Amino acid sequence: MSSAKRLTLFCGHYGSGKTNIALNYALHLRQSGEAVTVADLDIVNPYFRTKDSRAELERAGVGLICSDYAGGNLDIPALPPELYAITDDRSRRVVLDIGGDDRGALVLGRLTPAILAENSYEMLLVINRYRPLTPDAPSTIEVMREIEQAGGIRFTGLVNNSNLGEETTPGTVLASLPYAQAVSEAAGLPVVMTTVKKNLFETLQGQVPGLFPLTLQAKIV
Amino acid sequence: MSEKVLMKGNEAIAEAAILAGCRHYFGYPITPQTEIAAYMAKRMPKIGGTFLQAESEIAAINMVYGVSAAGKRVMTSSSSPGISLKGEGISYLAGADLPALVVNVQRGGPGLGGIQPSQSDYFQATRGGGHGDYHMIVLAPASVQEMAEFTVRGFELADQYRMTAMILADGTMGQMMEPVSLDLHVAPMPEKPWATTGTRMQRPHNIVNSLYLVPEVLERSNFERYERYRTVEENETMYESYRMEDAEICIAAFGIAARVSKNAINAARAEGIRVGMIRPQTLWPFPSAPFRAAADRVRCMISVELSMGQMIEDVRLAAECRVPVYLCNRVGGMIPEPEQILAAIREAAKTGGNKQ
Repeated sequence: MSSAKRLTLFCGHYGSGKTNIALNYALHLRQSGEAVTVADLDIVNPYFRTKDSRAELERAGVGLICSDYAGGNLDIPALPPELYAITDDRSRRVVLDIGGDDRGALVLGRLTPAILAENSYEMLLVINRYRPLTPDAPSTIEVMREIEQAGGIRFTGLVNNSNLGEETTPGTVLASLPYAQAVSEAAGLPVVMTTVKKNLFETLQGQVPGLFPLTLQAKIV
Repeated sequence: MSEKVLMKGNEAIAEAAILAGCRHYFGYPITPQTEIAAYMAKRMPKIGGTFLQAESEIAAINMVYGVSAAGKRVMTSSSSPGISLKGEGISYLAGADLPALVVNVQRGGPGLGGIQPSQSDYFQATRGGGHGDYHMIVLAPASVQEMAEFTVRGFELADQYRMTAMILADGTMGQMMEPVSLDLHVAPMPEKPWATTGTRMQRPHNIVNSLYLVPEVLERSNFERYERYRTVEENETMYESYRMEDAEICIAAFGIAARVSKNAINAARAEGIRVGMIRPQTLWPFPSAPFRAAADRVRCMISVELSMGQMIEDVRLAAECRVPVYLCNRVGGMIPEPEQILAAIREAAKTGGNKQ
């Protein structure tokens, strides 16, 4: 499941599940012995922040880079000065949680040159076919191209996180596989993983390649 | 459209408005309602509608006035401080008897306050908010599905009674994601013979105005408006009754507070405490009748609110001093934990409402 690339960027449409996946992926890397930091660069929506899970991250020994204002009551699109450690300190793996849509990806502007220069990254598009504005491959590809344009960087793979929240069943996930396949073909990118909540993981294991369990839930206000 | 989609509350409002035939949205970004504007910005150009980010909330509400006068379904949305700015325009809409949908995804106040959820605009919403004698129809959703359904209902009621309907949500309702069915029934829009759509030289001019300089005429317009309000009070009250059949304690809560209260009620029931809830879905008109009826059966009531105690006044008025009404609250962007409400229920079960 783990890539050999040092940087993993999770980008995608609003509410596609980026924060949750970034947190769980970082914990997964840590458990396989990597020195890892999560960088919360979501300057679009201050309501769901990685910082809310700070205690869990600390316990697991995962580093955290996020805005000083995150989790506070200040609605300021500020970036932390530690931002530069993402590309300057090459001793650690970094999982980047980027804000939704092209607006969220604008934050990549100042990081992209260094990311491309180092050339050890994977940039994953998180997709959910049950989100109203990305129900099919063409609409999903549209969001994908907008993000690439805003960030000045190309995707390398897909994460299928298709779910209906609490009402997600194994059938919900299975019914999304043709969609993920269609996006994959249209984008020319592999589906790197399919993410499901832990309670569905056992049922779906073996039926879905690259299945990845989400155990940690980002706090919802 | 029978398949469910996963939506944020804010997105559900925006999509439901489009399904209800709204093609004009004017707004100004403010957390925690910005997704409504963002969604409209994406969708409206694709369906021949108008999305316009106004230069201020005041500009936006006056654009609403203009479109409504032209007979179209129109909406604006904001969060608490922005709604205060819209106050003047909302009063003008009322004075001109223009239908509109205004969404308030509340945040903590007063002043700029914070960006976390709150219900402390209850007074502002249910008492009108702006100057003059008027009411808005105030709908209080408690799920993403209700965010969608009440948006449609809001447009229908606004057109039917020529009033502003307000969706009074909070930051949690706006941001939370739940599966939604968008298979919504929308009643056909009523005729609007008063709209300024052009006379075609076949009828007298329609004039949309809130200026009445002759006091006798202004008084008459107020009397007529309040006649209409009485009809709304008689016909349009909505509430949910939850486990009230044998309840000795009645919780009053709406929106996010009602969701948390349900957990506390179920925990208290497991301890053998007979507690239920009346959840107002319309805050104006307020469902006084079920509270009045409950006041004859229960020992006491607890109003659970994300405010310093605003709805509690309507609960007390409805209960007519028959039972004590206690407040269980958090403010400033904090949400009560089920444990806090459970503790208030236990306390009430022990000592509450020993009738004189």
